[in-house]
Amino acid sequence: MIHPIPSGTRDVLPQETGEVRAITDTLRAAFDRHRYGEIYTPALEYESVLARADMAEAQPAYRVFDESGAVLALRSDMTVPIARVVATRYAASEPPLRFCYFAHCYRGVRPQRGQLRELLQAGIELIGSPAPEGTAEALTVLCHSLDAVGLKDYRVGMGDASLFPALMSSLQVREPVRDGLLQALVRRDFVELGQRLHDAGLDGEAAELLLDVPQRRGGAELLTDAPAPAVEAVTGMRRVYELLEAGVAERVIFDLGLVRNIGYYTGAVFEVYDPALGAPIGGGGRYDELLGRFGRSLPAVGFALDVDQLHQALAGEERGTGLLLAGSAESAGEART
Amino acid sequence: MSPTHGLTIAVPRGALFKGTVDLLTALGLDTEELRANDRKLLFEDIGVITMRPSDVPTYVEAGAADLGVTGKDVLLEQLAYAPNEHGRDVYELMDLGFGRCTMVLASKAGPDPAVESLRRLGVMRVATKYPRIAERHLEETGRQGEIVEVKGSVELAPLTGMVDAIVDLTATGTTLRENNLIVREEILLCTARLIANPVAHKLKAAQMDALLQQLRAIPAANAG
Repeated sequence: MIHPIPSGTRDVLPQETGEVRAITDTLRAAFDRHRYGEIYTPALEYESVLARADMAEAQPAYRVFDESGAVLALRSDMTVPIARVVATRYAASEPPLRFCYFAHCYRGVRPQRGQLRELLQAGIELIGSPAPEGTAEALTVLCHSLDAVGLKDYRVGMGDASLFPALMSSLQVREPVRDGLLQALVRRDFVELGQRLHDAGLDGEAAELLLDVPQRRGGAELLTDAPAPAVEAVTGMRRVYELLEAGVAERVIFDLGLVRNIGYYTGAVFEVYDPALGAPIGGGGRYDELLGRFGRSLPAVGFALDVDQLHQALAGEERGTGLLLAGSAESAGEART
Repeated sequence: MSPTHGLTIAVPRGALFKGTVDLLTALGLDTEELRANDRKLLFEDIGVITMRPSDVPTYVEAGAADLGVTGKDVLLEQLAYAPNEHGRDVYELMDLGFGRCTMVLASKAGPDPAVESLRRLGVMRVATKYPRIAERHLEETGRQGEIVEVKGSVELAPLTGMVDAIVDLTATGTTLRENNLIVREEILLCTARLIANPVAHKLKAAQMDALLQQLRAIPAANAG
């Protein structure tokens, strides 16, 4: 007899639960070593409260009415609920504040894509610590946590959410076309980006920069010859980079085109990649304006790991069957045999 | 270093096969076996896998291939329909210029039966292999449509009276003409696109950029 569950949800049986629990226990201990206090918040919140944040593509997808007719929504991340907690329960506390969480979040899915409606996130939020120190701390906790769970080949891509908008405004891109350009970049449709730049009638050099800069990614050498309009964002990245200890710095790759599909990021953004998995394992960034929307203006930074993706990457590394194995041609060759 | 810089490339069988293999040859890849052996799917020593064009985004999104070549029609059809959502999580790096064809709305020659249906019945029936592109086109042009998805010979559908019009891809228009169908609207121009896995785009950045640079230097790849 089949009693279905919604697509994008799963039952987790003892073997898998055991493995996932081992990962979350290790992460919890790592967060704890950095003095991040674990919190729980309700999965259901008032929609009007969550709507204070600009979630872009990750906005809450499921709503219900309660018995008095109020609209409740299932949270789509933990950053927004924690911003609410800080503004209400810690309204007078001295920053910085450090929180960590292990929580299920709920997202809308595209059909038949193996996407989850309910995903388990593990993450931290560091409230009241500005760039570059706060960003460096978040990256450090991120790498220490991934090291602790034994993920070997991961890299953390770092970019800046303000870079492309700054580029557009300094190159005098007209206001009405900016959104379309940014949308093309968010989709990483460089063909469309090129077409839109052409249609916008920008001069050759400006169009060239707007198409080329977001495709630049690689090591720290990227930070030395940034074009003038990108200098501010790139300097910010370099300051963060200089604060990192060697073991963390060697994990970082720079990506001048990194943009995330959540709207509240303001500065540095990052994403975790592992050659054993075709999609990012997690990510985060600075959201210096989000707390202000809840009435307590503080700079903040955080990251969230998708625990199931992390589990898959660990299993892939262990089996040595990662799809994308390796950065080098040699090992890519081995991976196929 | 191999001509593909150790990257795995998903190559579409069918209409885009020749153009893609020509491109790989121009890159210096030994494609003799690829051209000769049309049963084999996996060519490990040159880093090529071959598949249906519509499967290319699937393999690239999953990371089973670092790069892939597929038509813009395939990418658009696999685009999520709702606003704010985007298509498969692959990066579209380059318009390769070949495989040029047009997505059109066509109907039987003579008075347009679709117009007649819209006027009298309020809805036009459209057969297509591209239900999402067709639906989006009708929506964007403010018409109500009923989409009938078929898998083969779309031209048959209006001839039997099952539908008023079709949405299909045409390169030369020959098949349409042979079936007494005429193009009523051109929806979009499609060419072959180079797509990349997002993670490979970061972790194999140097190899990928080297390949892209080589591709840009090939005149055929810039035709679009």
